[in-house]
Amino acid sequence: MIRSASAFDSRLRACPDCDLLQRLPPVPAGGVAQCARCQAPLWRHKPDSLRRTLALALAGAILWLIANTVPMLGLSVAGREAFTTVFGGVLAMWRDGRQEVAMLVLFTAVIAPALEIVCLLAVVLALRRPSAPHWVGMLLRGYELVREWSMIEIMLLGVLVALIKIAELATVIPGLALFVLGALVFLLAAMAAAFDTHLAWARIEWADERPLPGERSTACVPEARR
Amino acid sequence: MSATPVSAMSLGLAGCEVCGLVSRLPVGGVVTHCPRCGERLHLRRPASIERTWALVIAALILYVPANLLPVLSTYTPLGSDTATIMEGVVELWSPSSWPLAIIVFVASITIPLGKLIALAYLLISVQRGSVKSTEQRVRLYRMVKFIGRWSMLDVFVDTFVVALIQLRPLMWVEPGAGVIFFAGVVVLTMVAVNCFDPRLIWDLPQQEKQGNA
Repeated sequence: MIRSASAFDSRLRACPDCDLLQRLPPVPAGGVAQCARCQAPLWRHKPDSLRRTLALALAGAILWLIANTVPMLGLSVAGREAFTTVFGGVLAMWRDGRQEVAMLVLFTAVIAPALEIVCLLAVVLALRRPSAPHWVGMLLRGYELVREWSMIEIMLLGVLVALIKIAELATVIPGLALFVLGALVFLLAAMAAAFDTHLAWARIEWADERPLPGERSTACVPEARR
Repeated sequence: MSATPVSAMSLGLAGCEVCGLVSRLPVGGVVTHCPRCGERLHLRRPASIERTWALVIAALILYVPANLLPVLSTYTPLGSDTATIMEGVVELWSPSSWPLAIIVFVASITIPLGKLIALAYLLISVQRGSVKSTEQRVRLYRMVKFIGRWSMLDVFVDTFVVALIQLRPLMWVEPGAGVIFFAGVVVLTMVAVNCFDPRLIWDLPQQEKQGNA
């Protein structure tokens, strides 16, 4: 069974959720290969992945810049007005002595989305070459790590709740950044959905030198690097 | 493929957790790295059960002050008022905004507690070597991983209430100590989910099947 697997066969997969060893079938663009036992998605074959991701990541970068520079929310009470950006929220937490929480909000609402966009943008641009250098793999890994901590959609819901809490006390003025952030949520989701991780790894140079053709025919499955 | 499911581990193979490439691990347990992406290879995440338990217990301890201490303190010339997470939910409950109150309640109270219970159940069932409902358990794991981030909601709510209501000396809001503990619960449970290795759920039934065959 293993013998049928050629050396460094990137179609051989161990399911990340149940470790079932299987071979990826040819998947048409837009299709999904699922684990035969636990239905975990093993490969989502995205059509036209690089170009779509590039377009969405560029748009995301522009919206991120706008969202973090213009006011997000304003408050008007008794003739006084106060505006805040996302960063303003972080500063308020910092000043009031909750530095840990301020850093967490800064990371999840500002830095992680930026890293998410920048990493993927660099990966997609580098992958336009047929064989991308190994550091692209590091960026791709960084992108996967940071995705879970990029929480713009949750922050936006939080802003909505805060807005309703405040609405009884004062008049709330929604700022431009609020709408831009709303658009950014959908752009980031579309960007992640357009990107094909499996195809990306196939175009990145290996950390180790590829084995000689002779070695390739003798070894059934790659020997791991020490 | 043969009809009986075979795990990569039973053949001495490891799927890379970063790039997915399957490699053969040398015998003797030396430190090995994925030849494609350079990530360290493991058959299973190291000390998965112990680390996940440690994080679950730490999160459970923080869960108590997170819910008992105030997350927001409101100051006016007439005096001050504090609110815990639950009091915030009750405050939000009105004929027009009750759906949001439910969302905050689910995100701040139900999800963190449900996550801790779900992780404890997964850990105990793996430690007992349970062979039952493997598919349901892996689905539970995926749900916990997917939903868990949403408990950050209350941290964001508090941040922006504090940022906006800064109209000294008329009225201003400061964050309470509860926010730190609550943020701690969210981060610890997210890390705990990542420490847990779902492949452990399947390990024993497979060995038994092979033993019977």
